[in-house]
Amino acid sequence: MEMPFNELSYWMGMEEARLMGVKCKECGAIYLPPRPFCVQCYKDALEWKEFKGDGKLVAFTSIFVVPKSMAEQGYGRDNPYIVGVVELNEGVRIVGRIEGVDTKRPETIKIGMPLKADFPKVMEAGVSKAYLAFRPA
Amino acid sequence: MSRTPKLGRGVCLVGGAMSKFGMFKGLDYKDLFAQAFLEMLDSVDNGLNPKDIEALYLGNFSSDFFLKQSHLGPVLTDLLGIVPRPAARLEGACASSALAFRAGVQAVASGMYDIVLVGGLEEMSKRSTEEVTEGLAMASSPYEWKTGFTFPGIFATIATAYFERYKASADDLFAVTLKSHENAKLNPKAQFGVTIKELMAQRAEKAKAKSQPVPSWEDERAFLSDPKVNPEIAWPLRLFDCSPISDGACCLLLVAEEIAKGFSDTPVHVAGLGQGSGYPLYLKEDLTQFEATKQAAKEAYAMSGLGPKDIQIAEVHDCFSIAEVIHTEDLGFFAPGEGIKAANEGLTRRGGPKPINTSGGLKCKGHPVGATGVAQVLEIWLQLRGRAGERQVPIDDLRVGAAHNLGGTGGTCTLTILQKKS
Ligand SMILES: [Zn+2]
Repeated sequence: MEMPFNELSYWMGMEEARLMGVKCKECGAIYLPPRPFCVQCYKDALEWKEFKGDGKLVAFTSIFVVPKSMAEQGYGRDNPYIVGVVELNEGVRIVGRIEGVDTKRPETIKIGMPLKADFPKVMEAGVSKAYLAFRPA
Repeated sequence: MSRTPKLGRGVCLVGGAMSKFGMFKGLDYKDLFAQAFLEMLDSVDNGLNPKDIEALYLGNFSSDFFLKQSHLGPVLTDLLGIVPRPAARLEGACASSALAFRAGVQAVASGMYDIVLVGGLEEMSKRSTEEVTEGLAMASSPYEWKTGFTFPGIFATIATAYFERYKASADDLFAVTLKSHENAKLNPKAQFGVTIKELMAQRAEKAKAKSQPVPSWEDERAFLSDPKVNPEIAWPLRLFDCSPISDGACCLLLVAEEIAKGFSDTPVHVAGLGQGSGYPLYLKEDLTQFEATKQAAKEAYAMSGLGPKDIQIAEVHDCFSIAEVIHTEDLGFFAPGEGIKAANEGLTRRGGPKPINTSGGLKCKGHPVGATGVAQVLEIWLQLRGRAGERQVPIDDLRVGAAHNLGGTGGTCTLTILQKKS
């Protein structure tokens, strides 16, 4: 099936546990998340590129005051969650949840630590939904 | 390809006022805008007939989400009694009203209008903290908020990168918080016009009144280190690193330079105007700076022919304490990594060589998102005219000030340079 190079396809990739971005066939630029055209050479010549999901932690936070949607999943002051920026080995960065670490003691988490992508599922309004997380490699 | 941006003709600021910022149960955004408008009329030295206002540009982030009310333009022209004058609402997250200011300046500079009102407003306090957190997160990129980033979370993430690179810690941000409270204490319009020392005494009083054990802290830093009074919001940022949920409104009167003297004895010129856009977190090469601020500064400095050394005072967008530090670096006041040291050395205090956020900043003056941009410009206008009351900076020959406004996670930033020429 031809998937459009867009945000919808990015999230659909998660459902299959795949981290999908794009590569420009003309100039070789790679992009994650996918985008509809190459902003380096502006040629309309993209192809899908799957990222391996290996990388390292660049920056992060542990969130204690949570938005409504995360409160509904049981997160809050007593159960914070971590999000961060991860640099993948392919050279691009992406945002994701950081799991398998001590969310209440974020000072124990080290910038630069090696991570590996994971695609856990959560129920949202009765529908199962995958999201991007990274765990210590 | 780069040419120096310039205004088609001179534009002056001749009036302005803000409502009190805070959380108001019995008042809505219209009441607050009315307060600001009436006081603005009084602030025009030689008076203004409201019927002479030719257009309104209004900044507002999210009345749709917070109030279920969109299309604010005509609601406001009706309130002000200036129907059928044109009105438009501009949105740029927390920089919404800086965009309204910019649109107003452009309208006058182009020659289209001579007399323009610019304003901003937000009403947030009647929503729960969770709802506000959700609403504000919408100003980040879709990939960020869908991942669970909150607004404080974005800046907390930036803080970890800054601390890692420059070997600093969250405790180094206390200086910024202490200064904000110190300045807001002198601002009667501020939401938190109280020093940390006074807050400590209040806490002790409260406990005493309730016959609870009376807490005591060695000093202000000990108070800010106490997780009971200063809990984590998004680690490493704590409550006192964050600007509050606020309601408020502000408006400013812009007129063409040719007619400025008719309104004001000391008109203040819009000398520089800059705006930039910025990347979401995952596309930033450097998390410790805002490219949108740098672009805005480049434009505004070029237009005005002034540089960071010429800026005598500034309001910068301290939605979070770490943000203030980074902005003072991006605007060229301090070298990268030196902003946090400058704050700790007191260089940015009201009596220091580079006073920053004399109003108390977003942190203590309050941050009704859509009103913030014009309120920052207002503070500079008041200071340049020597009308800032108790918080007037002790600078002889104060002529140049700047207001820096940031929207979202740095996706939109502006810099406005005001100059008193006469
Ligand atoms: Zn290309």
